[in-house]
Amino acid sequence: MSLLKITDLTQRFGGLTAVSDLQVDLEEGGLYGLIGPNGAGKTTIFNMVSGFYTPTEGTIDFDGTVINGKKPHSVTALGIGRTFQNIRLWHDMTVLDNIRLSQHYHLGYSVFEPFIRTKNYYSNEKRIEDKSMELLGVFNLQDIAQEFPKNLPYGIQRRVEIARALAANPKLLLLDEPAAGLSSADVVDLIDHIRWIHDNFDITIWMIEHQMEVIMNLCKYIKVIDFGKTIAEGTPDEIQKNPQVIKAYLGDEEEMYA
Amino acid sequence: MGKYQQKTIIIGGGILFALLLIMAQFKMIDLYVQSVIMFIGVNIIFATSLSIVNGYMGEFSCGHAGFMAVGAYVSSLMSVMLFTPDKATGLSVLPPSMSIYLFPVIIIIGGVVAGIAGLLVAIPSFKTRDDYLAIITIAVNFIIVTALNNMEVVGGSRGYMGMKKVIYGMEGIIKFPYMLFWVITFTIFAIFLIRRFITSTYGKGIIAIKQDEVAAEIMSVDTNHMKLVAFMFSSGLAGISGGLFAHVIGYVNPGSFSILKSTEGLVMVYLGGMGSLSGSVISAILFTILLEILRPLQILKWVIIPLMLILVMQFRPEGLMGDKELSDFFPKLKKYFKFK
Repeated sequence: MSLLKITDLTQRFGGLTAVSDLQVDLEEGGLYGLIGPNGAGKTTIFNMVSGFYTPTEGTIDFDGTVINGKKPHSVTALGIGRTFQNIRLWHDMTVLDNIRLSQHYHLGYSVFEPFIRTKNYYSNEKRIEDKSMELLGVFNLQDIAQEFPKNLPYGIQRRVEIARALAANPKLLLLDEPAAGLSSADVVDLIDHIRWIHDNFDITIWMIEHQMEVIMNLCKYIKVIDFGKTIAEGTPDEIQKNPQVIKAYLGDEEEMYA
Repeated sequence: MGKYQQKTIIIGGGILFALLLIMAQFKMIDLYVQSVIMFIGVNIIFATSLSIVNGYMGEFSCGHAGFMAVGAYVSSLMSVMLFTPDKATGLSVLPPSMSIYLFPVIIIIGGVVAGIAGLLVAIPSFKTRDDYLAIITIAVNFIIVTALNNMEVVGGSRGYMGMKKVIYGMEGIIKFPYMLFWVITFTIFAIFLIRRFITSTYGKGIIAIKQDEVAAEIMSVDTNHMKLVAFMFSSGLAGISGGLFAHVIGYVNPGSFSILKSTEGLVMVYLGGMGSLSGSVISAILFTILLEILRPLQILKWVIIPLMLILVMQFRPEGLMGDKELSDFFPKLKKYFKFK
């Protein structure tokens, strides 16, 4: 069954067409890749899917709901989680609070209950706290629950960010360059980590990545874009042999010698 | 935090409060000291309410005195209109004896109206932030003060008075230091509400906005909703402080709520530390006492206070407390009171 169906998606910023006529169809439970040279429009696509930009044209259909034009927080509530290229944790808040706050869409109490502190308030806060600690436990991060993210190593920060995205119970997880800035040892860990998340959380993952090692190891189906247009799609093997992809990444041979 | 310790602090605080009231009742502390205590209370509410927006949410609102003015005028008008005898008939709208019970209601209504006025800032804050929002808040301050200056119903720039009569009326029925009681009660109430808000997962949404608004929005925090709530909550409390201020002095004029008053609020918040509730409380106390101690210096005090501010900012830019609470400095206090 298709989980995310994007048809004729176009995004223009003034005279610049960042993404044009994009078609995407993600099946539930898959692990998909999105690659392309710098400035190809990959993050723009993620920003449209997560509700940060409103597409100029086209529709984004997620799990039977058209989500373009919706605010990011309601898109998240529908079940799309994401991480950022440059880690965007709340750095002056404990790791536990970071996880806790991404369940803000589903607190289970009204605006006035924090002031009155009803039974319902306490039971829901307890539920959120328990769930957050459980999630941290699953990620083996329970020992740093009271640490501030700014004091943690980069690799751990990545894992906290992924845990935070998962706290909102997403059906689709968008990972924007999860391997950026990681050492090669950390990258190997990350590959296992993402595969493990995919197997254990019953989730669809769509990731942008520059490191081919990550993409080719993890993804079953890859889409390549350049200048906002799809230039190839297929399995890792097909992509590696595709002349257009090689051209986009390495440049045109004739052009080079011309 | 054990229940036992919490009880100790409630009982201890209650005894102190009662002792203060008894001393005021039997004139053991003079009116001047009483008025200083009341100003401290008013300033604490004002500073902590501003710290919701400037400290916790990280927006820069510098027209907070405008909301104080709204609360002050609304509650003053209500109390004077309801409880002052009409010149022709000699009767007031409601019997003066009711003022004893209705006084806190009037103050809260002033706060509610100020909270609604907070929409003037909340709605623009959806689209703009930082410097641009600061300019909007200054503009709102000017709009409110200028509007009051030109409203003849409330005395225009001459100001509005008559609240003292209402208070004397209350004291005439049963002798009791009402204002002292209500100022301290509302101060405790305000701190209590802010602390509850800020310690809930719901309220922490505004701290997420401060630290990274984009991440907050993506991680399911409805930022517009949180801004609306925070601005309305903050300006509502400022309105309460304004209502109390008006009744303590017994006289209001638009000049007392100018941009200078907003600046005083900013000074208190930044001196105490951004995002520290106990910091705002401490700096409100220090600031008010300092103003009183330096009173003999007259105009010179406006040289010395800014100078001290410069020194604090130079050597401790995060403010006295930074984003820490008292319990971070004195861990033993955690036994008695959970600060966050």
